[in-house]
Amino acid sequence: MSDSKNTEVVDPHAIPADAAHIREHVKLYVVIGVTLLFFTGLTVLLSYVHFGSESANIAIGMLVASIKAAMVAAIFMHLKEERKTIYQFMTVTVIFALVLFLLTFLAFSDHIKM
Amino acid sequence: MEIPYTVKPRPDTGLWNAKIGIWLFLASEVMLFGGLFSGYVFLRMGAEPGYWPKGLLNVPVGTMNTAILIASSVFIVFAWASLKLRNFARYRLFMILTLLCGAIFLGVKLGYEWPAKFHHFGAFIKPEAQAKYEDYLGNQHLALKGLPPRVEITGHLENPDALNNPEIKEFHIKLDAPNADPTSDKNDYVPFLPRPMSDKVAVINKDDVSFASMFVPRHSTYFAVYYTITGLHGAHVLGGLILFAYFLLPVSTRLYEKDPEHLANRIEVAGLFWHFVDLVWIFAFPLFYLL
Repeated sequence: MSDSKNTEVVDPHAIPADAAHIREHVKLYVVIGVTLLFFTGLTVLLSYVHFGSESANIAIGMLVASIKAAMVAAIFMHLKEERKTIYQFMTVTVIFALVLFLLTFLAFSDHIKM
Repeated sequence: MEIPYTVKPRPDTGLWNAKIGIWLFLASEVMLFGGLFSGYVFLRMGAEPGYWPKGLLNVPVGTMNTAILIASSVFIVFAWASLKLRNFARYRLFMILTLLCGAIFLGVKLGYEWPAKFHHFGAFIKPEAQAKYEDYLGNQHLALKGLPPRVEITGHLENPDALNNPEIKEFHIKLDAPNADPTSDKNDYVPFLPRPMSDKVAVINKDDVSFASMFVPRHSTYFAVYYTITGLHGAHVLGGLILFAYFLLPVSTRLYEKDPEHLANRIEVAGLFWHFVDLVWIFAFPLFYLL
């Protein structure tokens, strides 16, 4: 980590100006990590509670999983403070993924009768 | 020729090359796993009552693996932050921890979970013969409680030759707890800690069996989609491990000495991939192990 020999004015190995910002991030990562572990426990716990029907349990399980996924995407994957281009990519992707799942459900409105 | 925008963002998009590249790749990954998960939905919704098995996977082990993957996700953002703060020694430490967590996850999956299933056996009983095996299925008890029927007898196959030898007319199965005591209330639901296998051995006539196999992909649509999704996910974990190993080689040290920000960007992109792998598991774990 010694200083490079070049004569540039800006030393690439110097701690950057946004260091305080990064340190804030690190604290947030710890909080999110612990929250994710907590939610994992919650997912397991809730799967042993019977909410009336299997569908209700699946819906609640998927809801908790979606919250976890949103935390990973927003914080770990920096989506919370990403550029417009990335949002455009992902919006289109989410729409296509939803259409894909919709197609699956369509198969059940037009059943193959055995 | 120097490639532009590996470190500095392009002025119009505000993004450096690899950031665009990884997100386009992840978009395609969403569709790849989306297709498989919608396959899961299709198979599960189409399953006849009783034909979507529950409690065949080891929940404590799966929970532990989930926690390990979450820890690795935290470690890789720490590795990235360490580079941003120009602390190369800490970066290496967190990279090694990430690699270790990924290796444990894959080791548990391929070294324990999958082989344990390959040695487990199940025989689906023909509907017309199910009454004959009521002592193992307990379907009258389940019907009274409004629960789906049991259609399969599972456990350890004591005479493995029976699988391929048509001369042998019976399966001898050392029973799993639910089949050994099917009318016990505590077997109505799947417990968190797997119940130990019983010592009871059931003799099942092959003529009464519609399909029987070890817990391999051909066993059922459940195991087919389980091995497909966890297998593809495992391949991604392996890809991540190769990537992390690369980032521990001297080539990364040299890049750090030349341009630390460039290495930080590479680690951020590797992290994005790794978080996506974590994200897939966040859905796969409850869908296969719990619900």
